[in-house]
Amino acid sequence: MNDMQHVGALPMLEIAINAKVYKGADGGSVCALQDLSFDLNGGTFTTVIGPSGCGKTTLLRIIAGLDPIYEGRVGGAIARYRVGFVFQEPRLLPWRTVGENIALGSFENIESSEIKRLAALAGIESLVARFPGELSLGQARRVSLARAMAARPQLLLLDEPFVSLDEATAQRLRQVLLDIWGEQKLTVLMVSHDVREAIQLSDRLLMISEQPGRVVAEHVIELPREERNADGIEKLRREILGGDA
Amino acid sequence: MPIYQIISIVVFIAIWALAAQLASSTLLPGPIEVLSVLGAAVRSGALIEHLSVTLLRVIAAFILAMSIGVGLGLLMGRSDVANRLGDPWLVIFLNIPALVVIILSYVWFGLTEAAAIGAVAVNKIPNVAVTIREGARALDAQLDEMADVYRFTFRARLYHVTLPQLQPYIAAAARSGLSLIWKIVLVVEMLGRSNGIGFQLNLFFQLFDVSSILAYSFSFTAIMLLIELLIVQPYERYATRWRFAHA
Repeated sequence: MNDMQHVGALPMLEIAINAKVYKGADGGSVCALQDLSFDLNGGTFTTVIGPSGCGKTTLLRIIAGLDPIYEGRVGGAIARYRVGFVFQEPRLLPWRTVGENIALGSFENIESSEIKRLAALAGIESLVARFPGELSLGQARRVSLARAMAARPQLLLLDEPFVSLDEATAQRLRQVLLDIWGEQKLTVLMVSHDVREAIQLSDRLLMISEQPGRVVAEHVIELPREERNADGIEKLRREILGGDA
Repeated sequence: MPIYQIISIVVFIAIWALAAQLASSTLLPGPIEVLSVLGAAVRSGALIEHLSVTLLRVIAAFILAMSIGVGLGLLMGRSDVANRLGDPWLVIFLNIPALVVIILSYVWFGLTEAAAIGAVAVNKIPNVAVTIREGARALDAQLDEMADVYRFTFRARLYHVTLPQLQPYIAAAARSGLSLIWKIVLVVEMLGRSNGIGFQLNLFFQLFDVSSILAYSFSFTAIMLLIELLIVQPYERYATRWRFAHA
């Protein structure tokens, strides 16, 4: 069980992507990411903010090892780390129950008590025997999050995990995420287009430009999380976005 | 009870009985006569013996054709190179008449059980492969990525991600496969085996014994119907139960 010692203990991860180019359907090429470099400190919560289509999802896919075709380097061998990925779509197996879907996130055998604990953490303990077709989008996202946690990840990647949820559901799910992050002290990299959400959750914001995506600004949020109420968030948002907000 | 199905079968038997009455020929025996021949064949033990031999051949050929066909179809649906290499062979084998495969198999490998079952399987494999290939082409890339991230083993990926998506295609191939295979098994038995329903039918043909031909055919059709009702359909309901789970 050597792995146990490493849980949550992700050292600093250097990400340096020189270029990520897509071949377009017309034969031309589209540069999705260019000179995009930043470090991820272990145990921190970082959010990447940018307009839609700026290559945020591409960035997460590269870090997760799903897209090996790019110029640059993702620090250390990413294959050595345990990664949990909450995709924008929940990507559950519709023919497996919620409990089985959670269990499949684990890299090894998982105890049923552990599945119950993760389901309870995500607030879906009553849904464990259901099939994904019976769930709302919010519930399915919770399952996706619980599955990512079953991997006991050192790095948790989140791709717009609260998009197209109603605000009350999104807010509850954000709290679930903060609870999990607080409990496990894992490194989180989230992608979002919602600055308020990013301020509420993260330690650090990275602002990415339109295509080709590169880091244009970095903001560290020093306000303690318990003081991040609506007013506090709004004040910070104005500071970050400057005059144009 | 399925009332319309019962009405339909009763009407069929009535028309048959009437036609037999009008023809009053040994070449078209009525239902009652066929039933009495069937009863005699069951009592003598001959029907059960030949029926079980044929059924075993059907099962063996079915398992062989499905496992090889699913493997080939999956490979060809997933790999472009495999598809290009395999496609001409698929077209050739789809179009070789079953009879040719059976005769060549007997000529080359002798009048053996393996040659008989192999010939039936070879006839069915291309159909299974073509159906499964379509399914394999439609596999969900997003679920594949999910399986990549969580480092699914080959086995886990096959069992949890790939086969459930192929299930409708496998069910379609299995259903058309079962009926095709049992028809080809009869030909194989007629040409080169000394037992089984096909062998018996050939015998009755030479004797112009239409009652026995009908009795043997109906009994085997009934067995296939029971397999469909008791095994295939309940399994499909179990395998697709998640489809009916809605919020």
